[in-house]
Parts: sequence; structure tokens; C-alpha cells
Amino acid sequence: MAVAVVVLARVRNLFAVIVLSGLYSFLMATVLVALDAVDVAMTEASVGAGISTVLLLGALHLCKSEEAKPVHKPWLPLTVSVVCGLLLVYGSLGLPAFSDPFAPIHTHVVPRYLNEGPKETGVPNVVTAVLASYRGYDTLGETTVVFTAGAGVVALLRRRRSRKEQPK
Amino acid sequence: MSIVSHFSYAVTIFLMIAGLFIVIARGNLIKKLVGLGIFQTSVYLLYIAPGKLIGGTAPIVSDAFKVYSNPLPHVLILTAIVVGVATLALGLALVVRIREAYGSIEEDEILEADRGDGVADQR
Amino acid sequence: MKRDLILRVVAKVFLPFILVFALYVQFHGDFGPGGGFQAGVIIAAAVVFYALIYGLANARRLVPERVVESMMAAGVLIYAGVGLMGLVLGGNFLDYFVLDRDPVAGQHRGIFWVEVGVAVTVSGVMLKIFYMFADRGRMDE
Repeated sequence: MAVAVVVLARVRNLFAVIVLSGLYSFLMATVLVALDAVDVAMTEASVGAGISTVLLLGALHLCKSEEAKPVHKPWLPLTVSVVCGLLLVYGSLGLPAFSDPFAPIHTHVVPRYLNEGPKETGVPNVVTAVLASYRGYDTLGETTVVFTAGAGVVALLRRRRSRKEQPK
Repeated sequence: MSIVSHFSYAVTIFLMIAGLFIVIARGNLIKKLVGLGIFQTSVYLLYIAPGKLIGGTAPIVSDAFKVYSNPLPHVLILTAIVVGVATLALGLALVVRIREAYGSIEEDEILEADRGDGVADQR
Repeated sequence: MKRDLILRVVAKVFLPFILVFALYVQFHGDFGPGGGFQAGVIIAAAVVFYALIYGLANARRLVPERVVESMMAAGVLIYAGVGLMGLVLGGNFLDYFVLDRDPVAGQHRGIFWVEVGVAVTVSGVMLKIFYMFADRGRMDE
């Protein structure tokens, strides 16, 4: 994945960039399966590698511009990024180690979800039970966000003819 | 606390700064949006990696398994992925409109056009 | 791509399987990975696939614009409707255990309809966005 990202940063042909981003999404989905996050992996594979690629290709076809042109060497952004990275590494040293069963993330609410969830909701997939039942209000908000994005795209791209001189 | 136990954080941080670098250092708008997507996926990894327990399994309760990975980050990230693609769609619609208004999707050229005329081509 | 025989035949063979898989992911989300979001995206991807091989006009005839637009809003309304049913039947907003005499069966019903609402909205929105993007570029087809 690191290789895909570095090549993506350097490549200038936009079509190659989009294909690399689809490849990156598939690799991320594989890593997520290795981390036992099967629902998330399925969503990332279908949404990230499927729909994102379709939308990016559609936008590329409309923009018709092929390549990015680097004007000067990006030393300042590189330095800023590396400094941010080092600060984050310093911060992450205080976080719990990988696969630590006594980390706070495992102790408060999750044992109740895992123990009581299938009994109270009758649904063995705890992720679906939490998403649709215990935290159903959040999912309502998310569905509204998706609807708003659709409405926003309709509002932005409503005119069928893309003539530049047509008065609005 | 060794380098092995915090390896997942190192990967996450590398992807995060790579995404950040693409957003701030590249001028092409579509490439910036792809960089933003990379940043978002690194955040997913940041949430899900601490939830994994070695020897556990996916959080689907059945009698054969006793140890499960933490389902709570999965729920939050599921929402985040869908919201991320919604943002990407809106961003791409904006890029298409910018292209029609300015004729280019390079950040430098757009700033030049704005500074030059003082007004956009199409209002 | 309309004239390429291999692509047309393969598309015709694959599309029913894709749609059945989407329905499987939707309804089996209780017992395995899956649920509303994945199923909605797979349905949208199937229609996009059809549009790519057979042309946008045929896809428009299969799934008209008005159907897609109503799907976008209908999903959110179904979700909110389930929530309001909870209010009407005596519990709080989005309470599932009042939906049936047995609380667990009520949870089943609530989760089922909520996932249906989510899938309908997600597939409608993804498809509508694809139609808008594709429409902008090809004005004369």
C-alpha cells in the first residue's frame, strides 16, 4: 500500500492516478479483512474501489484535462508533512500496544454489546445490531447525509447543456 | 512499548502524511481529492487496528468462538466510509463546475485567472 | 460497446447474479457481513454496469429518472417512518421493541425495515449521481 501511495503521488497521468486509487482501496479492504473487520472491508471494497472509481472516471471524462504540472520542487510541503508525521509518532507512543486486551477501547460499553446484543435483538451480527438498533439514530443521520449529498450534486449539475455563455 | 507493538500506528501515520502531502503539494484538483481519500482511509485504519485482538474473530456471535474483535469501531467506520464517498461525490461535482467556469483544474491557473480578471468568466 | 458481442453476452449472464448477490447481502446482513449500505452500492453498480455496456438511453429506460429520484427520498422516509412508528405505538423515537408483542421479534422487524430504507436511499443516490455525471458530458446521445 505504501508503494501504491508513493507512486500515486508522483504519477502525473490522471487516469493512472484513478486506477492506482482503486488498487489502493482493494489493498485496504484486504488489510481490513486481516484485522477481522469484515463488514467494513466489504463496504470499503464496494464503495471505495467501486463507486469512487466510477465517479472519478466520470469527472475525469468531463474535465478532459490529462496531467498535472509540478512547477517547483515541493520542499516546504514535504517538510511540513514529515514534521507532522514525527509529532504524530511521538503522540502514538502513548497509545496502547497492538492487540492489548486491557486497552480502554475494550472495557466500557463493548462487553455489553457483545454479551447482551444477540439476546436482546436476536441478530448474531453484532455490527448490524449496533448499527441498526443500539445506534440507530446515528444511522438515520448518515442516511440523511447521503441523501443531502445526492441533492447537492443534483443542485450543482442540474443543467443538461454545459454551454458557457448561457445566462443563469 | 517497542517498535513491533506500535507498528500499526506507524503504518497509519505514514499513510496519513502521504495523503496530507498529496493534498497540500499537488495542484491538480482531482489529485487533491484522491489524496483526501487516502487520508480518510488512513483514519479508518487508525480506528480499527486497536480493536483487533490476536486470536479473536469477526464480531459475529456464534457458539464456536469465544474471543471477538471489537465491533464498535466497525460501526463508526462504516458510517465514515459512506460519508466519505458522499463528500467525494460533492467535491467532484464542484470540480466539474470549476472546470466549466475557469477552463482548467490546476490550482495555479485558477488563482491566476482570479487575480487577473477580478471576476470569474461566468457569473 | 453496444456492438461488442462478447461484452453483451457476458453482461446479460452476469447481471442477474449481481442483483441476487445484492439481495443476499441485504437480507443476510443479520447473520454475516453485509447490510443495507453494501447492498445499495452493489445494486447501483449493477445498473452502472448495464449502462456502460448497453448505453445510457437503455439504462434510462430500465430505471427512469423519476424512479431514481423517488428512491432517494423514499429510503430516508422509510427510516424515519420506522422511528415514528415507535412513537405512535407508545415507546420513544426509533424504539423497536414496541413494534411487536415479543420484543425480540419487534427488533427483527425494526432492523429489517431500517436496512431496507438505507439500501433504497444509498442505491438511489449513487445511481442519480452517476446519471448526472454521465449526462453532463454526452448531450447528443
